[in-house]
Formats: sequence, structure tokens, C-alpha cells
Amino acid sequence: MEPFTQLTAVAAPLDMANVDTDQIMPARFMRRPRDARYVDYGFHDQRFTPEGAKRPDFILNRPPFDKAGILVAGRNFGVGSSREAAVYALLAMGFRCVVAESFGDIFFSNSLKNGLLPVRLPESVVAGLRQAVAAAPGTTLSVDLQAQILTAPDGSTHPFTVPGFARDCLLRGLDEIGLTLTLESEITAFEARRANAA
Amino acid sequence: MGQTLFQKIWDAHVVQARDDGLALLYVDRHYFHEGSFHAFNMLKARGLAVRRPDLTFGFGDHYAPTVGRSTPEVKDPEIRGIIETFEENARANRIRAFELADPDQGIVHVAGPEQGLTLPGMTVVCGDSHTSTHGALGALAFGIGASEVAHVLATQTIWQSPPKQIRCSFDGELPAGSTSKDMALALIAHIGTGGGLGGAIEFAGTAVRALSVEARLTLCNMAIEAGARTGMVAPDAVTAAWLAGRPYAPAQRDPAWDRLFSDPDARFDSEVTLDAANIRPMATWGTSPEEAVPLSGRVPRAEEAPDEARQKAWARSLDYMGLRGGEAMADVALDRVFLGSCTNARIEDLRDAAAVLRGRRIAVPMLVSPGSSRVKRAAEAEGLDRIFKEAGARWEESSCALCVSMHGETVGEGERCASTSNRNFAGRQGRGARTHLVSPASAAASAVAGRLVSAL
Repeated sequence: MEPFTQLTAVAAPLDMANVDTDQIMPARFMRRPRDARYVDYGFHDQRFTPEGAKRPDFILNRPPFDKAGILVAGRNFGVGSSREAAVYALLAMGFRCVVAESFGDIFFSNSLKNGLLPVRLPESVVAGLRQAVAAAPGTTLSVDLQAQILTAPDGSTHPFTVPGFARDCLLRGLDEIGLTLTLESEITAFEARRANAA
Repeated sequence: MGQTLFQKIWDAHVVQARDDGLALLYVDRHYFHEGSFHAFNMLKARGLAVRRPDLTFGFGDHYAPTVGRSTPEVKDPEIRGIIETFEENARANRIRAFELADPDQGIVHVAGPEQGLTLPGMTVVCGDSHTSTHGALGALAFGIGASEVAHVLATQTIWQSPPKQIRCSFDGELPAGSTSKDMALALIAHIGTGGGLGGAIEFAGTAVRALSVEARLTLCNMAIEAGARTGMVAPDAVTAAWLAGRPYAPAQRDPAWDRLFSDPDARFDSEVTLDAANIRPMATWGTSPEEAVPLSGRVPRAEEAPDEARQKAWARSLDYMGLRGGEAMADVALDRVFLGSCTNARIEDLRDAAAVLRGRRIAVPMLVSPGSSRVKRAAEAEGLDRIFKEAGARWEESSCALCVSMHGETVGEGERCASTSNRNFAGRQGRGARTHLVSPASAAASAVAGRLVSAL
């Protein structure tokens, strides 16, 4: 995993609640391998007409939002299916951070494991950020994972928290499997205790 | 202070606890399906082996066709490739997989419990959000993503932060004609799809105790649609009787199951109580499971939404669903009906639907896909297949089918489908497809009427 420390990027507003992972990554593309085509799968049915033409009215198709690195979304972003492919699609589109009031549980976890930073902030703050970046397209936001601070266009700072273990992994670009494998003796001991108790 | 059912199972599985509350939990049962190929690729890329193939079971369900049980005969090359990869991964890692041609194949959340593979007190994970289903047997069961699937394959453990403890009680008696699907939709309409976010829901109360295991599986299946990580029901005599004699269940009931309940003085972070007597047959009208009303009611208008955010969401949902708002649910005309999925395709579900269809003809096309190949055989032994076929429905093989539409068939653009599945998301059953979630009995009644109605 690529380490995540700090990010300053153009932010795109997506003023929709309950954006489910079926919308982010339609099921029919999931049989395909994770390759360069993923860039078109993200929000596919909202970005493209059935004939395959780009829909200019969809916000993520409009410059400069089509090059955004941060998505400022609505509440319950990423609810529904556990498909990690939704995270792969957002990464392929160029996003490294999603800001929302709340996230689907599994999506939140999948994001952390793939270097897509999910930032939870209060509803009023998220609404303000959405308005600010919509009013002045091209506006950048800054996220500092070490300090756990998001800096808004007006210079105001907003603290957020990422679970400690996941944050360490993100900052160092480590994946959990490697770390857990160092606990092999604890896992074996647990299995032995269980076998004896049975 | 006493402990909740959740805490008892959690504590019994902690391999290592960190100061920040995060725990490394041991996984008793790990299920996977064809979509889990990303995780096997991650394992391969790192040169890691599956640590406990004996605790890992595969089920071919997401891409299983509803016609035919032979992998080489699957027509679509991409779908066939996915199924072949699933079967190869299982073989290469010496994992028991219930493949397409296996007489015990089925949807993982139907066939796993049916095999007796999920037992009270277990930790159960699967790379599928509806893993919460297995909590109905008194297990701690939750869905995970591909990276976590790889982690469990390699280590047989998973890192978890403790969720909020939520108790959802259904008091009183469920009226005749209402089902646990209606309980689930009523709950989600009440607390919202974010109502259970970050939480573990224990379903309790007299109406839950009165449910069969199959009805409890439906209820826990839908816990994820309330945003919860898992749903669970404390095991009881009903659970033990249901498990007895299943292939992988122990010959004798385990006395440890008797301790699996929330102590009277256990503390929950939040409680929600519904009166089961008020629950009527429900259906969704929008594109979120929380957008549900009784079938006897009408579609709400956007301006009736309780707040501005939902006003926007409701307007978008109505537009997508091709509804104005204000019309009676019973006036909403259907194009087709789907009876199937891990939510509602067990034998009791098929019986419910068949009871409505007996001696009648359907007005719109209906697909019936049993939850497992065993359920299919059981239904045929009872003659349910004849009832479905005589009514005019397609009686086909077990698959996730039109719940997720990965198997090669979709609901067409603009088509309206009453479905016993779990998600009415935009595009879920196919691009532009319009889904109304209902119970099996309501699905059957709606197929006969060609409109959204209950069997009452």
C-alpha cells in the first residue's frame, strides 16, 4: 500500500446521502480484473449514458472536478455491498480521500486498507465544505493524517480521528497481514487453548 | 455488570487486545464465493498459504446461472472464467467448495446454515455484506472486504474495533400475514439505513422468540441494510432443533449454547423497541431500504419528507422510480417479480409464496430461484415447483440471481420488479431497473395482481 501522510488536492462536492457501493461500482463490472479500465467503472451509470457518452451534467465529469483528489460527500457514504472494488474504482478515478459525515462500515474499513483516507466530520462542517468547493471550483483542501487535521479553503482547521492501528498502517504504507503474521505464536497458542478446552 | 450475547462471543475469540480497544479475533468459520478472487490474488502475490483450509468453505452463488449446473457450459466467457477461478482456487488450497455441480450448492447465507456449518457461539466472516444473516443462529457474523478476506485466509484472524451494542426488541405478536421481512423493512423505515451504523444489533422480544430460524435468518440478513455490522438472535430450543441432524452440526447440542444470551443486567449503548402488532406487509417505494411503507399505504410525496436532505433524496428516488408521489402502492403496476436471494429463498419462503399462488395465474413474469439446491429438491418433493409452474412462473436453479444480477440476466432499463431480495438501490438489478422490496407472500400476490399488493 502507498503511504498516506499529507494531501492537498482539488475537492469535488457530491451532495447525495446514502451513496451505496452499487452506485460507485456497478456489479456488472466486478467480473473483470483490476486493470486500467477501472477508471471508467467509478460512478459509471451516472457518468455515462447507456450509449457510453459522458454526461456533462454529472458533477464528477465537469472540470476541474474530473481531476479532483478529494471527494466531499454526504452522510452514509459507501453503504451496502462489501465490494472492495468500489474503493479500487475511486482510487482509479484519482481520489485519495473522501470526506463525509458518516460511512458504511465495511467501506470505511476497505478504504483504510487501500490507502483511500475516509475523513469523518460533523454534518455542518461537511455541508460547509461542499458549499465552499462548489462555489469556487478548483478549490483545494488539505488533509494531514499525522496531525489528523483537515484545513478548509478559509483556513479553518477541523480535527478528525482515524483508528490508531489503521492510521499507523496508512502512514507507513504497511498492510495488516504482515503485522499479524508476526503474532503467529499468539494465534497458535489460541488454537491450542481452544483444542484443549474442547 | 452482566454481558451481552455479543460480548460473550467476542471475549471468547480475542487472540490479542490492544490498548485502543482494537482486538485480533479468531475466526471459526470463513466462507467465500466467486467474487473473492481478489483476495486469492493478494495471497498469491505474497506467496502466502491458506492457514486453515479446514475452517474455510466456498460456495458458488453470485455468478451461478439459474439454468444449468455445469461450469464448462456457462455461455458468457467472463462469467465462466470467474466460476473456473473460484473452483481452481478451492482445489489449489484444498478447500471444500460447494461448486456449481455440487448437489449441496447454494447461496452461501442459505447453504452454510443449512449444512450446519454455522453454529451458536461461532465467529463467522465472509466477503459479503449479508454475512450478518448467520447471526440468526447466535453467531457473531459479519461481512468483510477483499483485503480482510486475504487477511483471514492467511491468518485465520481479523482485526476489529468493538461496535456499539444495539438491542432491537419487537414486543407483542406479529399479525397473521406479516413476516420477518416486514419486520425488517418496518425497522429500517423507522431507524433509517444509518440507524445501526457502526453497531451490532441483537434482535429480541416476544415476536422474535416466536420466529422460526428461517424467519430469523431473514431478519438478521437485513441488519446490514440498517447500517449495522451484524445482527444476532440468542440461540434457544428452536435453534437447537433446527440444527439437529444437519451434516456439519454436532450430534449432540453443545451445552455451551445455553450460556449464549444477554444477561438481564447487560448494558446496551442504545435500545429501540417496536410493537410487532402494528407491523403490516411492507414494500419499498424508493431506492433506499429505508424508503418503505405498508402496501396498504401510498407513495409519499417529496415535500412530506421530514427534513431538507431527505426531501432531496426522496425527489431523486421518486424520479428514478418513475413515481409522482401520492399514488396508492396498490396502483403501482409491475413488469416482473423475483422470488429468491439470501433474504427470502428458503423452503418456508417458497411455501409462503406457493400458498398464495396455488390455483392462480400470474399476470407478469416471475422468476423463482431457490436459495440452495437442497431447498430446490425439498420444494420439488413437496410439489411446490408444480404450483409455481402452473401459475406461469419460471422455476430455476439456485443462484444469487436477480438480487445482484451478476449471473448474466438483468432487470431491464425502466422495468419495475417486485423482489424478495434485500436492496432496492439504483441499478442494483440492472441499469435503470426499479426494485420494490417485499416478502415472498407479497411477491406472489403482486405477481397475480400485476401490481404491488399484499396477500391479505
